[in-house]
Amino acid sequence: MTTSHAEPVDGKLPHEPEKATLEGRNKLVGFWLFLGGETVLFGTLFATFLALRGQTNDGPTANELFHLPLVAAATFILLVSSLTSVFAIQAMHKGKRNALALWLSITVVLGLGFLGLEIYEFYEYVKHKEFGMTTSAFSSAFYTLVGFHGAHVAFGIMWIGLIIGQLFRKGLTVVTAPKVYVSAMYWHFIDVVWVFIFTVVYLLGKVG
Amino acid sequence: MDWITTVDHKKIAVLYLIAGGFFFGIGGIEAILIRIQLMKPMNNFVSAQVFNELITMHGTTMIFLGVMPIIFAVMNAVVPLQIGARDVAFPFVNALGFWTFLFGGLLLNLSWLMGGAPDAGWTSYTPLSGSEYSGTHGVDFYTIGLQIAGLGTLIGGINFLATIITMRAPGMSYMRMPMFTWTTFITSAIILFAFPAITVGLVLLTFDRILGANFFDVAGGGNPVLWQHIFWIFGHPEVYILILPAFGIISEVIPTFARKRLFGYSSMVFATILIAFLGFMVWAHHMFTTGLGTVANALFSISTMLIAVPTGIKIFNWLFTMWGGQIRFTAANLFAVGFVPTFVMGGVTGVMLASAPADFQFHDTYFVVAHFHYVIVGGLVLGLFSGLHYWWPKMFGRVLSETLGKWTFWTFMIGFQLTFFVQHFLGLMGMQRRIVTYLPNQDFDLLNLVSSVGAFLMGVGVILFLVNIVITTRKPADAPNDPWEDGRTLEWSIPSPPPEYNFKQTPLVRGIDAYWKEKMAGHTEMTPAEPVGSIHMPSATPLPFVMSVGIFIAGLGLMFSKDDFGNAFMNGLFNNYIVVIIGLLITFGAMALRSLYDDHGWHIEPEDQDEKGVRT
Ligand code: HEM
Ligand SMILES: [Cu+2]
Repeated sequence: MTTSHAEPVDGKLPHEPEKATLEGRNKLVGFWLFLGGETVLFGTLFATFLALRGQTNDGPTANELFHLPLVAAATFILLVSSLTSVFAIQAMHKGKRNALALWLSITVVLGLGFLGLEIYEFYEYVKHKEFGMTTSAFSSAFYTLVGFHGAHVAFGIMWIGLIIGQLFRKGLTVVTAPKVYVSAMYWHFIDVVWVFIFTVVYLLGKVG
Repeated sequence: MDWITTVDHKKIAVLYLIAGGFFFGIGGIEAILIRIQLMKPMNNFVSAQVFNELITMHGTTMIFLGVMPIIFAVMNAVVPLQIGARDVAFPFVNALGFWTFLFGGLLLNLSWLMGGAPDAGWTSYTPLSGSEYSGTHGVDFYTIGLQIAGLGTLIGGINFLATIITMRAPGMSYMRMPMFTWTTFITSAIILFAFPAITVGLVLLTFDRILGANFFDVAGGGNPVLWQHIFWIFGHPEVYILILPAFGIISEVIPTFARKRLFGYSSMVFATILIAFLGFMVWAHHMFTTGLGTVANALFSISTMLIAVPTGIKIFNWLFTMWGGQIRFTAANLFAVGFVPTFVMGGVTGVMLASAPADFQFHDTYFVVAHFHYVIVGGLVLGLFSGLHYWWPKMFGRVLSETLGKWTFWTFMIGFQLTFFVQHFLGLMGMQRRIVTYLPNQDFDLLNLVSSVGAFLMGVGVILFLVNIVITTRKPADAPNDPWEDGRTLEWSIPSPPPEYNFKQTPLVRGIDAYWKEKMAGHTEMTPAEPVGSIHMPSATPLPFVMSVGIFIAGLGLMFSKDDFGNAFMNGLFNNYIVVIIGLLITFGAMALRSLYDDHGWHIEPEDQDEKGVRT
C-alpha cells in the first residue's frame, strides 16, 4: 500500500490522475459515501414536500404560482452546465489544464445563471404573490426543498471557483485532479436532484 | 496546543473519551437528580419545569454526547489497528468530526446557563416542542446543538467507512475482518443513512421555531405526525448505532478470554448486516398509538419481531464460544458475560413492546423506561466498560487494576438491576413515564425508593472506575504488546501504546484472527508485507478547531436572531444575522485556507522508527 504521493513521472500525468494516489482514491470513495448521505437528505425533503404539497392554507397553490417557461429555462441551463463539467473531465484526462479551467469556469457561470433565475423566481413569489415561508405548510416545504438545492448550487459554485484558483496556483497534478473529479461528481448530483425537483415540484404542481 | 491541532486517530480517540466521559458524567448527574426527585411520593426537590428539562437533557446528553462519543473513542483507538492501517482515510476530517461534536455538545449544555434547557423530551415531539408550548430557547439549543454535533457524527461515520474500505492491510479480506471492525463498518453505514434524516428534521423544526414555517403547525397546514416519522426513521436505526458496536466488543472480548475463536463468524457478520437492514424498516413501532391504522401497526409489529432472529443467532454464538472454553473472568470479561443475560432481557421486553395491542398498555409507562435502559445501559454501557477495560492497555500502555475493575462491575451491575428491574413492575402497575411526581400509597413508593438506591449504587460504580483510571495513570506505562497473552487480532501485535505510525511495516494477514494464527504457527510477530521504509504522516493543523468554532458562533447567532436584547448594538448584531455571518465567514475562511495551502505532511525515516510507543 503506497502512502506517499506518487509524483507524475517527468511532468506527465498518469492516465486517470484522480485515482493515482491512495489519497485520491480515498477521496473518491469518501465522496461516493457522502453522496449516499445526501440522497437520504434530499429524500427526506422530498417526502416532506410530498406530504405537505396540498396544504396551501388558503394561500396560493402550485398551479397558480409556477411559471413553467422560467423553470424550463433554469433547467436547461443547469443541464448544460452538467455537460460542460463532463467536458472539463475529458480535458483533464487529456492533461489540458487550460481547457479544464475554461470548462469549469463555464460551468460556474451557468451555475450562477441558474441561481440568478431562482432568486428572481423567489423574489417574484414573495413580492407579487404573497407567498412566503410562513404562508402555508406547502410554502414552507417548497422553499425548504428548492432552497436547499439552491444552497447546494451556491456551495458548488464557491467550491469549483476555489478549485479553478488551485489549478492556476498548483497546476493539474495528482493532488488537484481528485478534487476536480469529485467536484464534478457533486455537480452532476445536484443536477440529478434538480431533475427530480422539476418533475415532482413543478410538473406535478402544474398538472396534479 | 498539541491536542487542539492533532490529527492522529489515537489522540482523537483520547479526546473523544475525555469529552464523552465528561458529558456522560453530566448525564449521570441529571439521572441522579431525577431519581432523587422520584425517590418518594409528592416530592418537591425540583420544580416540574426543571424536571422536564432534566429528563430531556439526560436522554439527549446520554445518547448523543455521552455514549456515542465513547463508542467513537473506542473505534478510533482500535479500528485502524485491527485492519493493519497506519492511519484513517481522512485524518483532517476525523479531527473536524470531533470538534464539531464537542462544540455542538457545549452549545446544547450552555442552555442550562442561558435561560432554560430543552424541555420537550429527547424526542422533542411537536407541537410540544413548538414555540407555542416551549417558549424559552431550550428547544432551539436542542435543534441547533444537535445539528452541529450530528454533523460531527456523520463525517466521523464517513471516515470510518472509507478507512475500512480502502486501508485494510494486504490479505485482510472482508471475511477476515475482526468483528469489532465489522460492527464499526455497519454502524457507520447506519449513521450515513440515518443521520441525514434527523438533520432534515432538525432543520424543519428550526424553521418552524425561528422563521415561522408551518411544517408541524396544524393551523398553518402542517402535520405533527410528520415529525414523529422523521424522528423515528432516524431514531430506531440510532439504537442499532448504539448497540452494534457493543456487539462487536463482546465478540472480541469473549473469544479472547475463552481462548477459542468466535463461534459462527460468518453468521455473525450476516446477522449484523440483517439487523442493520431491518433496523430501517421498523421505525413506526414507536408510533403504534398515534393512530396509523391496524394494517400499518401489524406490518411494523411483525417486522420488528423479525429482528429477534438475527439477534438470537448472535446470542447463541456467544454462548457457543464460551462453551468448553478456558474462560478467564477478568474485569473486561465479567462485563462481557454480564452483558449477555441483561441484553437478552432487554430484547425480550422489546418483543413484548413490538406487539401493538400490548404496546397500547405499555406505552409511555416505566415499562418502556426499563426496556430501553436494559438495552442501552445493560447492553451498550456494559459493552463499553468491557471494551475500555480490554483496550485500556493498548490505548495507554497501562493495565487497569483488576481488583478495582471487578468492584466496578459488581457495584454497577447490582445497582443497574436494582434501578431498572423494578421499573418493569412500576410500568405494569401504571406509573407513567415523564411525570414529576406521584401520589403516595399507589404501591409506587417502595419500588421507586429501590430504584433510586440502585441509581446511587451505579454512581458508586462509575466513581470506582474513575478512581481506577487515576490510580492506573500514576503507574509506569509498561504494558507489553499483548497484555492478555491471548490477543487474537492485529492490534496486539504492536507496542502498547502504538507508535505514531502504528505499524512499522504493514502486516500480511493470513486468516481470521491474524495475530493468533501467527502465534499458533510459532511466530512472535506478524509477517511484514513491505520492506522498512520512510512513512508518510499528515501534519497537525488547527483548522478543524477553527471551523468548529465558526459553526458554534453561527449557531448561537441563529438562535438569538429574533431576540430583543434591549440594546441597539446587540440587536443590530443579532437581528441582522451579523453574528451568523461572522461565524460562517470563520468556517468558510478556514475551508478556503485549507484548500489554497495544501499540506503534504511529513515523513518518518527508518532511523527514527524506534520500537517504543509514543506517549499519548
Ligand atoms: C446510569 C444510570 C441511569 C439512570 C439512573 C437513568 C435514569 C433515568 C430516568 C429516571 C429517566 C426518566 C424517565 C422518565 O421519567 O421518563 C431516564 C430517561 C432516559 N434515559 Fe436514563 N438513566 C441512566 C442512564 C442512561 C443512559 C446511559 C442512557 C443512554 C445512553 C439513557 C437514556 C435515557 C433516555 C433516552 C431517556 C428518555 C428521556 C426522555 O423521556 O426524554 N439513560 N433515565
Ligand atoms: Cu425502535
